[in-house]
Amino acid sequence: MTGTALLPPLLAGAKITAELTIASTFIGAVLAFAAGIARGTGGRLIRLIAAVYIEIFRGTSLLVQLFWLYYALPLLGPSIGPFTTGVLALSLNIGAYGAEVVRGSILAVARAQHEAAIALNFSRRQRLWHIVLPQALPEMMPPLGNLAVQNLKDTSLVSMITIADLTFHAQNLRNLTLDTVPIYSLTLLLYFAMALILMACMRGLERWVRIGGSPARS
Amino acid sequence: MTDTQDPIIKFSDVTKRFGDLVVLDHFDFEVNLGEKVALIGPSGSGKSTVLRILMTLETIQEGQIELDGIPYREPGGHGPFHASAKHLHNIRSRVGMVFQGFNLFPHMSVLRNITEAPVVVLGLSKREAKERAMQLLEMVGLADKADAFPTQLSGGQKQRVAIARALAMRPRVMLFDEPTSALDPELVGEVQEVIRGLAHEHDLTMLLVTHEMRFAREIADRVCFFDKGRIVEQGPPAEVMVNPQEERTQNFLAPYLADRQAGV
Repeated sequence: MTGTALLPPLLAGAKITAELTIASTFIGAVLAFAAGIARGTGGRLIRLIAAVYIEIFRGTSLLVQLFWLYYALPLLGPSIGPFTTGVLALSLNIGAYGAEVVRGSILAVARAQHEAAIALNFSRRQRLWHIVLPQALPEMMPPLGNLAVQNLKDTSLVSMITIADLTFHAQNLRNLTLDTVPIYSLTLLLYFAMALILMACMRGLERWVRIGGSPARS
Repeated sequence: MTDTQDPIIKFSDVTKRFGDLVVLDHFDFEVNLGEKVALIGPSGSGKSTVLRILMTLETIQEGQIELDGIPYREPGGHGPFHASAKHLHNIRSRVGMVFQGFNLFPHMSVLRNITEAPVVVLGLSKREAKERAMQLLEMVGLADKADAFPTQLSGGQKQRVAIARALAMRPRVMLFDEPTSALDPELVGEVQEVIRGLAHEHDLTMLLVTHEMRFAREIADRVCFFDKGRIVEQGPPAEVMVNPQEERTQNFLAPYLADRQAGV
């Protein structure tokens, strides 16, 4: 089988991989901000809930989480499709790691900034939204970008719960054709190409976040 | 200088500790409306802590504080300040503070640094807030820097913006916590100039923590010499700074008095 014949099924898989990545990165970002802000600035109960979520998902294997959601959860009640399961597990995972990035960047904003905001009579919530987060956001973008790329690569694990992503198609093709070298080489290249696109998007986002903030930090 | 009976600021038997360290020791202190008070004394003597307590940046362990007749603690109040968020908001609305390190918001332009709190906290329209900010920038001599960012300013300019920012909230009491200590010597004058101008405001009560003795003498109605969490000696600068009675004050002021005698 030639490279051109291998490409269509691999591209079909890459499309699923891209969809998984976009959906789970987006939902994961929402979770990361919610849990990170909650753990960094919330009341005692809110902090505890956020900490439990973050530590459970950081402390267990993504593959086992996928298996648990796909095979164990239906036995306890709700059954969700493989794609939804994949998005859910990936989102919860990147959300947990991202939450620590968000929390760390919030805590890194200097105490002097909080004091200046108190002296100007900003409320707690106003301090967070007007003073702290706008300063924390540019600092958290590079590590969040890393997590997004990590997330893209982690999507390969969903092939284990029957989702026909890029890795799934690659394994299928290899079983059919035994063209191991071209198949896995093409697969690597496709992941790499998607990672490049994702990194470019994250850099664009990073620049966008800095606009309206202080000019070039020298 | 003062024409009222009731003090605007009143500390009664206040004790403040950081762990085992006693920073204010059964401290009593009153300031009248419109009075300009300089707090001087060695580092760690509690002068800055007085300002930070007034700004509700520090809690106290014992005693009472009143501002404009409002006690800092509410009966049955919760939290480290024994007061609700609403009560703290009420107190903070009367006080403005200028910090040694300027503490401008680096992600905002000079103009936005000044308009943000009036818009967000006081609910002024953007236009009103901008007008108010431009007047203040004019006053501190930085109207041409409205669109600059803090990183593009010198230390003296930053501190002048910080003063304008605090004034934009129209506080009744202004606290200056070593406002020129972080500045290069050649930039001290421009900041002192602005503070000197404010000292002419009849109704504005000012507390100034400073190591600049000459400046303290110049603008203060009263000088308070702090040592070990208490006021050791206080009075008009012409008395305390020229002819101090207490030995600790004499020792502290010795270099300044020597300079004066030498005519420096």
